[in-house]
Amino acid sequence: MLSLRVTLLSGRSLSQARAKVSGKLSDKYARSVAICELDPDDMKSLGISPDQKIKVSTSTGSVVVRAVASSQAPHRGVAFIPYGPWANMVLSSETQGTGMPTFKGVEAEVTPAPNEEVLDLPHLVAEMTRRT
Amino acid sequence: MRMTKEVIPNVICTFCGATCDDLQVTVENGKVQSSRSGCAISLAKLMEYNRDRHLTPLMKKNGELHEASYQQAVSRAAEILANAKYPILYGWSSTSCEATKVGIELTEWVGGVIDNTTTVCHGPTLLGVHDIGEVSCTFGEVRQRADLIVYWGSNPIHSHPHHMQRLAIRKGRFRGGRKDRKIVVVDVRKTDTAKLADHFLQITPNGDYDLLCAFRMAVRGDELEQDVIAGVPADKIEEIADLMVSCGFGILFFGVGLTMTSGKHRNIDVALSLVRDLNARTKFLIMPMRGWYNVAGANQVTAWVTGFPYAVDLSQGYPRYNPGDTTVIDILSRGDSDAALVVASDPVSNFPVEATRRLAQIPIVTIDPRPSATGLISEVVFPSAIVGIETGGSIYRMDGVALKTKPVVPPPPGIRPDVEILRDILREVKKLKGGQTLE
Repeated sequence: MLSLRVTLLSGRSLSQARAKVSGKLSDKYARSVAICELDPDDMKSLGISPDQKIKVSTSTGSVVVRAVASSQAPHRGVAFIPYGPWANMVLSSETQGTGMPTFKGVEAEVTPAPNEEVLDLPHLVAEMTRRT
Repeated sequence: MRMTKEVIPNVICTFCGATCDDLQVTVENGKVQSSRSGCAISLAKLMEYNRDRHLTPLMKKNGELHEASYQQAVSRAAEILANAKYPILYGWSSTSCEATKVGIELTEWVGGVIDNTTTVCHGPTLLGVHDIGEVSCTFGEVRQRADLIVYWGSNPIHSHPHHMQRLAIRKGRFRGGRKDRKIVVVDVRKTDTAKLADHFLQITPNGDYDLLCAFRMAVRGDELEQDVIAGVPADKIEEIADLMVSCGFGILFFGVGLTMTSGKHRNIDVALSLVRDLNARTKFLIMPMRGWYNVAGANQVTAWVTGFPYAVDLSQGYPRYNPGDTTVIDILSRGDSDAALVVASDPVSNFPVEATRRLAQIPIVTIDPRPSATGLISEVVFPSAIVGIETGGSIYRMDGVALKTKPVVPPPPGIRPDVEILRDILREVKKLKGGQTLE
């Protein structure tokens, strides 16, 4: 299966912020944050189209989200997931003694995931809080 | 309750750290009908603030949240906090300074740690400021005088949508607006902010420290020995360094693109040092783009009362501050905490998965106007009034200017401000701890 090594960023987006103030449990919020913005050329190299499901994996974990062609391109090799529980699934709690986790600049791999599901918030929270 | 149509001028937006104070909100029969002058986020907040809210406290029973009376919820919250050995009291950036003040007293009584959302946004900025110091100013000075504005690791078109409009585009006393100002953007993506800049430097991810050091060298007149540094050609670095040195009044606004990447507080050290160097040649200032509308206020109040701006451990009866140890992510990662109070924040949406997993293993009391992911895993949930819409309170803008917010509509019946809920929990905690109430 095709895959792409990327540097992952999480961050604020206008649609995430607008959806957040409309309600965290709304579909609008999930649609605005359960996504990964990729450079359009990177999407071509992965053979995926907008709204297709992809898996983003890091040394911490993985999460299935929908691909979005970035409006902040070009940024080949850089993937962006808006702040939110979906991004948190692949971010480490290690702070290197600073108190601050690394929310940006994380090594990640993106693969198409046509047969996997994007979890809704309650199921994602259940997954996040599952005891290991 | 306001029973007639009224246009309220100069309303302060309580979303981001820019806290625009020029909204005109139309209220009819106690409900917000429209809002003018605000950004898209502000408009969404004001028009949809009342959607899908809980109107009574909730308490967990048999694994599920059920409606509870206010007094039941206060008693349970106080019991959780009073019985805890090392509780964390977290959030505080989207509520008033008055609420934070009560939160600090509550932390002292329960022997816990009070930390605010600075810990996952500009914590490294404060560490850098401790190391180097900060040459800063207020928005007014930027608007009236700045002829060079640099945004580094910040995309205000998305995060602080009217920041550029107010400070870079609008006319100032000594500047004729956008035509009299140069804008430089440094980012890893060609953001919507970058598209409005005169110069855009597309930096490689995690290359900020290298590029900032290269700027320090160029500003000092040292030769850059590499052709490309962190993805930026050396001649472009020298061109922008010349622009910085030759400006009349420059400012570097930096975002969490510097604090959340490799280098963290060391990136801030070198950014602050660059600005210090520039002041040997011209007037240059620096300011973090604070995210939440009162994160600066949470720092201010915590610093006034305890001496430290965030991550303050009061478990030993005196304030102890050791970021990396007393910061909430580290406390959770070590599994040290046995209860949490979350005020006006949603750590499940903002903390990495392992910290959230640890959080879910302890009882949580959440005070938040709106349902949240953290509310879903809480033991007690208090719905509260929204500061700046349904209740007032003091807040601090990102440049350290204090503002007084006022309510524009009443809260739903029975919904109290954060500060009142906190006072009630504190009163109960004092009773449980055998202390004397002051009231």
